[in-house]
Amino acid sequence: MAYNTKVGSLDSYDKGTIELADDLRKYAFSNIYEVAGKAAPFERVAMVQNLEYVAEAVRVEGESPWYAAPHDEFAIVMDGEVTFRFVQLEDDQVPHHEGGAVRLGGEPNGPAMGKVTARRGHQVLLPRGAAYQLSAGQPAVAFIQTRDGPETVKRWSEICTLA
Amino acid sequence: MDAITTKIAATGTNPDTGYTSYRLGGFEFARDEYFAHVSWPKGSHIIEIDRFLRAMVRDIGWGFFYGWIFFDDIFGTTNHYGTVDLFAGAYDAGYKAKGLDHLETFSAETVKEAFETISRNWINEGYDPLSAPLETGSPLGPKTVERTDALVRGFAAASRMLGLEGEPPVRSDATGHPINRAFADMEFDKPDIECAPGFEGQLHAINLFDHIARADVTWNPSFTAVTGASICCVTSEEHMLPVIHGNDRNEWFIQLTDEIHWQIADKNSGQPRGTIVMKPGDVCAMPADIRHQGFAPKRSMLMVLENGTPGLETRYASGELKPYPVDFG
Repeated sequence: MAYNTKVGSLDSYDKGTIELADDLRKYAFSNIYEVAGKAAPFERVAMVQNLEYVAEAVRVEGESPWYAAPHDEFAIVMDGEVTFRFVQLEDDQVPHHEGGAVRLGGEPNGPAMGKVTARRGHQVLLPRGAAYQLSAGQPAVAFIQTRDGPETVKRWSEICTLA
Repeated sequence: MDAITTKIAATGTNPDTGYTSYRLGGFEFARDEYFAHVSWPKGSHIIEIDRFLRAMVRDIGWGFFYGWIFFDDIFGTTNHYGTVDLFAGAYDAGYKAKGLDHLETFSAETVKEAFETISRNWINEGYDPLSAPLETGSPLGPKTVERTDALVRGFAAASRMLGLEGEPPVRSDATGHPINRAFADMEFDKPDIECAPGFEGQLHAINLFDHIARADVTWNPSFTAVTGASICCVTSEEHMLPVIHGNDRNEWFIQLTDEIHWQIADKNSGQPRGTIVMKPGDVCAMPADIRHQGFAPKRSMLMVLENGTPGLETRYASGELKPYPVDFG
């Protein structure tokens, strides 16, 4: 038997359903493509919150600001092609706030480490000690595992199915 | 007798089926051609053998996972991270009302040894409870020949990210993991990694979908990336989750491909709450006060984000933390 694997994209997704005799806010049901489709480029919209940890959906379109975090982050490309450029930070340049990505004022002046070009299904390490920039020629989607931070945007009531 | 130090004991071998029966504390375990039979001083319970073995082997491999593992609505385990409860009817309103429920606490090692002993004796060659039903033989019938290979597999856990030096490898043909038949229609390429001179090996990326598509186990998450205590687990899901999971903390599901139907019930009473159907790109929390069971009509890819912070189970149980993750303000 031949199988037909279903995936989603910004242009084509079919959101599931939640039918519960319960307060739907407890489940925070949303869809990555729907959220990224309505977001401004490089808004980091929280879709997962587990105490101090979050996962953010990002619409990647054009070139992002430069970011850095005081810990490892991980990005999964969910649609399109995203290029991640990395610059090494000196120890005193590594952010020391509690967690999450911070936006840098511009490209850091450290040495370029290289780049990763990733497509749907690829998972990319955004290592502590490196600044990174996302870019895409066509709208793409990344889903970033990180901590709740200054760049994390929360609009749960807008993104979640509540009725 | 201190149940914590009790070990599993064989109580006899059925001359017709060839299977051995066992006692662990006040619980007795027996199997026949079709069913597992669990009994305790105030009651007994019957579970279809395929479901029983699928649940038991995963419970071993998961290290009893987070919180409650219901083999069905009646029998299961609760992980206290060092000790494990075996329970029967303890989270069923009817058994509780009639006083038929039973719960004993053992060391985790004791339960692991017991489950391994039972599984070894009750699993025949040709049947693999970690495989999808379409990919393995039947567990039914009398005892034939015991399997000699490892009972559990696929539980390799990354501490930072899969595929980094010193971490478990990404699945590949070379590791003996071909693409599963259900994902044969997908195209898999590798991310392009270009390191500047002097930074060779310092950038890292993998094809996560390729890794999942090569899993030879189902409903069996493996850790691929870890941020602090936030753990990215990925798994391939086909047929039905052979346990009902009641977490002791909030967790999150991210549907990567295809769809899974989740049946949701109250964790303590088992009272149904309804259904969630997750499709590609859907994200949904599983609150800490529910039990859930998934059904995947076609093998699918699921990502789970867990918070492995030690001691969370007591903070949720005490009410210090709310049993749901998001504050809507």
